[in-house]
Amino acid sequence: MDMQVAKKKLGLKERYAVMTRGLDWKPSYQKMEDIYPYMAYEGIKIHDWDKWEDPFRLTMDAYWKYQAEKERKLYAIIDAFNQNNGHLNVTDARYLNTVKLFISGISPLEYVAHRGFSHVGRQFPGPGPRVACLMQALDEIRHAQTQVHSISNYNKYYNGMHDFHHAHDRVWFLSVPKSFFDDAITAGPFEFMVSIGFSFEYVLTNLLFVPFVSGAAYNGDMGTMTFGFSAQSDEARHMTLGLEVIKFILQQDPANVPIVQRWIDKWTWRGYRVLTLVAMMMDYMLPKRTMSWKEAWEVYFEENGGALFKDLARYGIKMPDCAAQIALEKDHLSHQAWSTFYNYAAASNFHTWMPDEEEMAWLSSKYPNSYDKYYRPRMEFWREEAAKGNRFYNKTLPMLCQTCQIPMIFTEPGDPTKICYREVDYKGDKYHFCSDHCKKIFEDEPEKYVQAWLPVHQIYQGNCFPEGTDPTVEGFDPLAAVLKYYNLEFGRDNLDFDISEDKKNFAEWRGQATKNV
Amino acid sequence: MSTVFIALQTNEETRPIVEAIIQDNPDCTVNEQPAMVKIDAQGKLVVRRETIEELIGRPYDLQELQVNLITISGNLDQTDDEMILYWNA
Ligand SMILES: [Fe+2]
Ligand SMILES: [Fe+2]
Repeated sequence: MDMQVAKKKLGLKERYAVMTRGLDWKPSYQKMEDIYPYMAYEGIKIHDWDKWEDPFRLTMDAYWKYQAEKERKLYAIIDAFNQNNGHLNVTDARYLNTVKLFISGISPLEYVAHRGFSHVGRQFPGPGPRVACLMQALDEIRHAQTQVHSISNYNKYYNGMHDFHHAHDRVWFLSVPKSFFDDAITAGPFEFMVSIGFSFEYVLTNLLFVPFVSGAAYNGDMGTMTFGFSAQSDEARHMTLGLEVIKFILQQDPANVPIVQRWIDKWTWRGYRVLTLVAMMMDYMLPKRTMSWKEAWEVYFEENGGALFKDLARYGIKMPDCAAQIALEKDHLSHQAWSTFYNYAAASNFHTWMPDEEEMAWLSSKYPNSYDKYYRPRMEFWREEAAKGNRFYNKTLPMLCQTCQIPMIFTEPGDPTKICYREVDYKGDKYHFCSDHCKKIFEDEPEKYVQAWLPVHQIYQGNCFPEGTDPTVEGFDPLAAVLKYYNLEFGRDNLDFDISEDKKNFAEWRGQATKNV
Repeated sequence: MSTVFIALQTNEETRPIVEAIIQDNPDCTVNEQPAMVKIDAQGKLVVRRETIEELIGRPYDLQELQVNLITISGNLDQTDDEMILYWNA
């Protein structure tokens, strides 16, 4: 009998080299700068693209194999979850509002990330980063699709998710995440890699996914846990790409360092502002809490980001200046954000509520320096008013920051009793900012940010009403017209959780699931 | 020394992997969180293929780890035999 002798396989390093090197040819009748037109204008100098290496050394064949396995696992769990009415196992129906926030605020960004990585993958002359960008582009469209598939089951039962992409492009607060990613994909390829690959994926994504997904698991939402962890398994690769890209750019030429530092400063702040939504989700929207926003920030940014910037110091990169202000805001961010959404519950695609006594006690214990002093009194007041039938809905529109597009709700660094306002005069117009950092970002690139599509301005200019609306007729109700434009139904998709159809249905269905009727 | 970490989903596939990591990094700290486990180590953490193979009793490709990986921190270097996370400073 013949002995089967296993053929000596190539080692991982060799396999990776074979699959990612020597794939290019030297163009003879086209100029390099015509084939890769975006490589020069940002000022980044690359001398040797082959120096770039993916430390996971993942090749396309292995990529397909493991991604297919992730998909099989994911859909098996989603099927089982749906088949068993898994949605009735979540802690309480308030939890569902985090899912609404996710599908309308985050999932559309996955799709934009897919477009962004497809674009930069085409633009880089180095085959190593091109292969990595190709994989990430495929990952991102997978994330968008799996999130839509998983959450579609919730959409069968609960309100506010029926037209999430339409909402993403229109609803006032969703312009915050939308404009963040639009800002990134309209930057040059290198800035895109630093903004999304490094600042967002490496520095901030842990704050988005880990608490969100672990929180979902803790609150009985197996659907979100599953797509979240499935996406997150790709995230480790994305983070690695982000870190490698930045080390690669910095090693290539010392002239790259100040450019990269400016991008890191800008995008850490931009990303942090978007995470305001995550902060309030963690502290207010999860019925069972895993950790506070402040704790998550300390673990994933201060500790982990601190280690990262210490490591990058040898290239001349330092911790972004905005970290100092963020440290001052960590006691306040989630409370100021939730108060705002409580105010504007009539104009959003999810429900809000006031924390109960036990939840307030948790907030006091997690935020001993701020909650009782600044936020509890106002929340107790709102709660008492609601109990008297005066649930407060703010109907005036807030001023927005030109850069991050968040309403001007943040307080002065170091003085939580005073709203922070900054402004800049540019070509005869006045622009408003929530902070010194957003102001500086504008001042560095005013021609970009004057073009911002600010929802409040657009509403006042009459651009957010359904076609044919006449705002001059007697008794015109602007909020009703805006909600129609958002494709949201007043009284069903918006307002307080307490009077919502979601709450009523969930209680009824859960009753049916646990009792004979 | 800064902390590096690796976080994995909590399931049957990762149970022996976590065990292997603890064996190979005796000073690491294991944090169990809802549905996930996060392992911290000072400066450096190694995941070794051989240790995992001994525990599961079959050949193991370290790239399989990606199926259950949640997040990592630190610079990464992966070969057929080990996956190393480290900080230089
Ligand atoms: Fe993604
Ligand atoms: Fe801002």
